[in-house]
Amino acid sequence: MANPGINAGVGGGAKAPSPILDVRGATLQYKTPKHLVTATYKVDFDVYQSDRFVLLGPSGCGKSTLLKAVGGFMQPVEGTIRVRDRVVKAPGPDRMMVFQEFEQLMPWKTILQNVMFPMQATKRFDRGEIRDRALAVLDKVKLSKFIDVYPHMLSGGMKMRVAIARAMAMEPDILLMDEPFAALDALTRRKMQEELLSLWDQTRFTVLFVTHSIEEAIIVGSRILVLSPHPGRVRAELNAERFTHENVDMPEFGLLMKRIHGLLFEESEPVPEPETEAVA
Amino acid sequence: MNALAGDVTRAPVERKEFEVVPIDATGIGSIEKPLSLAERLADNDLLRKLAILVVLAVVWEAYARFLGNPLLFPTFSETIQTFWRELTSGVLLDRTGVSMQVLLIGYSLGLVLSAVFTTLAVSTRIGTDLLTTLTAMFNPLPAIALLPLALIWFGLGIPSLVFVIVHSVLWAVSLNTLSGFRSVPEVLRMTGRNYNLSGVRFVMKILMPAAFPAILAGLKIGWAFAWRTLIAAELVFGVSSRSGGLGWYIFESRAELETAQVFAGLLAVIVIGLLVESVIFRTIEARTLQRWGMQR
Repeated sequence: MANPGINAGVGGGAKAPSPILDVRGATLQYKTPKHLVTATYKVDFDVYQSDRFVLLGPSGCGKSTLLKAVGGFMQPVEGTIRVRDRVVKAPGPDRMMVFQEFEQLMPWKTILQNVMFPMQATKRFDRGEIRDRALAVLDKVKLSKFIDVYPHMLSGGMKMRVAIARAMAMEPDILLMDEPFAALDALTRRKMQEELLSLWDQTRFTVLFVTHSIEEAIIVGSRILVLSPHPGRVRAELNAERFTHENVDMPEFGLLMKRIHGLLFEESEPVPEPETEAVA
Repeated sequence: MNALAGDVTRAPVERKEFEVVPIDATGIGSIEKPLSLAERLADNDLLRKLAILVVLAVVWEAYARFLGNPLLFPTFSETIQTFWRELTSGVLLDRTGVSMQVLLIGYSLGLVLSAVFTTLAVSTRIGTDLLTTLTAMFNPLPAIALLPLALIWFGLGIPSLVFVIVHSVLWAVSLNTLSGFRSVPEVLRMTGRNYNLSGVRFVMKILMPAAFPAILAGLKIGWAFAWRTLIAAELVFGVSSRSGGLGWYIFESRAELETAQVFAGLLAVIVIGLLVESVIFRTIEARTLQRWGMQR
């Protein structure tokens, strides 16, 4: 809020752009009734403007914990997390979360009221502007017809679109998505991935996306952070900008999938270079 | 061991593949058909409940006539006549008014206190401990058992009644509200915190509506407890010597051996209970929980 920071942007001078999210040596621990669990150990990564940054790893690698820490719901025991050069101390509307669970929508509010709620609660926007912003973003996710119904009347995919619209309307510095499509059926998930990409094409927001699906990571992400199993440590950071649903059949796509699969499940083998390995 | 092996030569039956254009669906006729009158009547909650009441009334009338002792058990028709006479003469309305006034004061005071306690309980750990301990101590304690104490402290009068009503409302409502707050999904809490909501705003905007099913159940229980306690307390003493509440009316009628009036008084208690449940709470439910899909 304090830092409007529309600096540099795409104009791209000589100066290297500064990251929106800067995670340095983050070690995260949480307590269960019987144990102190180390979820991630000394994780470093940077997310830049308009990145679709994916945290990928097997279950139990601490990727969701990492996202919660960025959201401000827990503090790292070691290391720092900075958003636009400010250390993350508490949850805030500059980092909007989208969860996997449909319960994140308020059942007592209509779709329109749900989208308007964070804007009203945080007073981030002018009163008169809020309704129009909500309507505009609901139009973007193709829910204009359903603004006055309650969440329980919508399908899973539509609920998820409301959650995404609600977060996007706030224009956060970074959008945090915790396995948002994991609870959807395969056909709906595919459709939602396409819609997320087309939304990104329109507004170029910055998103940090957690998934355990290699395919989803490659399709949705522009850059993928691969985490090792328990406790999560950095295993690799890969580029996946060129892949979408259209080129799932391309051999490179399959190669990247295999490469990530190897990174995740084979014990610390040297990482093969895809360019040199490309098979005809 | 071989039971699982089966016949290894077995293969799926081979069938040809085919593709067709979906058949014409206009032959179904109208897709929506209105329900018949009987079906709609059977679907009406109020009507079904009325039918139950009618059956109960018939059973009552039949048994009372069979018994033939109006001093012990007046007939339904006699009770209704007495009820109507007392109602139109204004006695019953007067008494109900007195009871209602005390009831509403006690009930609202109980709710306010319960809101304070539960807000404290969800905001601080010591508040939780305080509320759970107090509830565990006082919830099993019948309000009427406190009446002697209340009489010593506040004397014969409205404050004593209000005291016992608050006692019977407070713990039941707090217990329900707190367990409702605790069962609010973690994701919804995180969503609220994400929007910088905290303290009283967090309770008002997230916890209260999300826990509303449990809160409403608590309100209903609290209402019933308050009613019970009030009538029971009034059986012990009237508010002032001249005009007591419904409980006092029942007590007086019994003393005068006007059994039909005792029944009329009881009937008034029942009718008010039914009205509050089926009009007030029902409307709140339909406007909130059912519309929000939190209850079917």
